[in-house]
Amino acid sequence: MAKIKGTVIVDKERCKGCEVCVVSCPCQVLKLSSEVNGKGYHFSYMENPEACTGCASCAIICPDSCITVYRQKMA
Amino acid sequence: MAAEVEIKEENLVYGKNRLIKDNIMHYCPGCSHGTIHKLVAEVIDEMGLEGECIGVSPVGCSVFAYNYIDIDWAEAAHGRACAVATGIKRMYPNKMVFTYQGDGDLAAIGTGETIHACNRGENIVVIYVNNAIYGMTGGQMSPTTLVGMKTATTPYGRDPRLHGYPYKVADMVAHLEGVCYVTRQSVHTPANVRKAKKALRKAFENAMAGKGLSLVEFVATCNSGWKLSPVAANQWLEENMFPSYPLGDIKDI
Ligand SMILES: Cc1ncc(C[n+]2csc(CCOP(=O)(O)OP(=O)(O)O)c2C)c(N)n1
Ligand code: SF4
Ligand code: SF4
Repeated sequence: MAKIKGTVIVDKERCKGCEVCVVSCPCQVLKLSSEVNGKGYHFSYMENPEACTGCASCAIICPDSCITVYRQKMA
Repeated sequence: MAAEVEIKEENLVYGKNRLIKDNIMHYCPGCSHGTIHKLVAEVIDEMGLEGECIGVSPVGCSVFAYNYIDIDWAEAAHGRACAVATGIKRMYPNKMVFTYQGDGDLAAIGTGETIHACNRGENIVVIYVNNAIYGMTGGQMSPTTLVGMKTATTPYGRDPRLHGYPYKVADMVAHLEGVCYVTRQSVHTPANVRKAKKALRKAFENAMAGKGLSLVEFVATCNSGWKLSPVAANQWLEENMFPSYPLGDIKDI
């Protein structure tokens, strides 16, 4: 059965770890890393990538345009 | 069939708009200004106005807006953005001219310029980011600070007997004949961001159609000034700002 799957790419050096994407994701995909980026921020990453539907909610709200969203119909 | 989503153009749903420059914004993490900047860039790009648009940036945290959105800009003295935009629009009547201002800029020092531009019905868009505080200078009370809200200059909370009441610019200018569209929006949830973008687009279309002045108020957060995390600030916004600044269209003709 065809299933829509999504994935996101976070520009981790651009991310300021505001966490707004994390709470905006309806599928609890994202989390802040325990590591920090070059500026010392805990950046957002896909903790639960299988659950992503590519809805783009995270990317739409991101104040720093860090998130790129892709979506594909899987066989 | 691949089990992973392939990273290629045809699968792209959403990415950084090309008019948002690569410069890292100086805004605090989670600040509403960043999300609002994106909407401005997306609307300009989608309307094909990249080369036709002149923004006027304010004094306030968004003073460097011209470093982030790749269009033409002018920088106004504190509060004077609507006056500067008036001049530009009258010299270049076919250009899309807008201001981008905070509540300190628009509703305090720039009250006069704003009201008169509205009353003259200049064919511009006023983007008004109301975070109820002076963000840039360290979180002092602004005219739009909520009753009881603690700021650097109201440590015991805003007391209307001493400081007056929250100034509701959008409600006020809606009464003026030169104004065709007044709306209050927010960017604290993805659904609100989508709605806000439609409102902003309508405002830009009004200006290009010569219908008069459109004011789009964004009820926004200043999480640093409010001394909350970005996520908590979005929550606080909903609970405390919306009762005084309810969302929705106030005027649309
Ligand atoms: C003539 C003048 N008076 C005062 C200031 C100090 N000042 C700089 S920004 C600002 C207010 C900024 O608040 P707001 O417009 O709400 O923008 P925000 O930083 O919250 O986005 C003030 C009073 C100034 N720069 N110039
Ligand atoms: S695209 Fe949607 S489902 Fe995927 S991480 Fe972003 S918000 Fe979550
Ligand atoms: S001080 Fe407030 S308005 Fe200014 S960048 Fe920080 S959060 Fe945004």
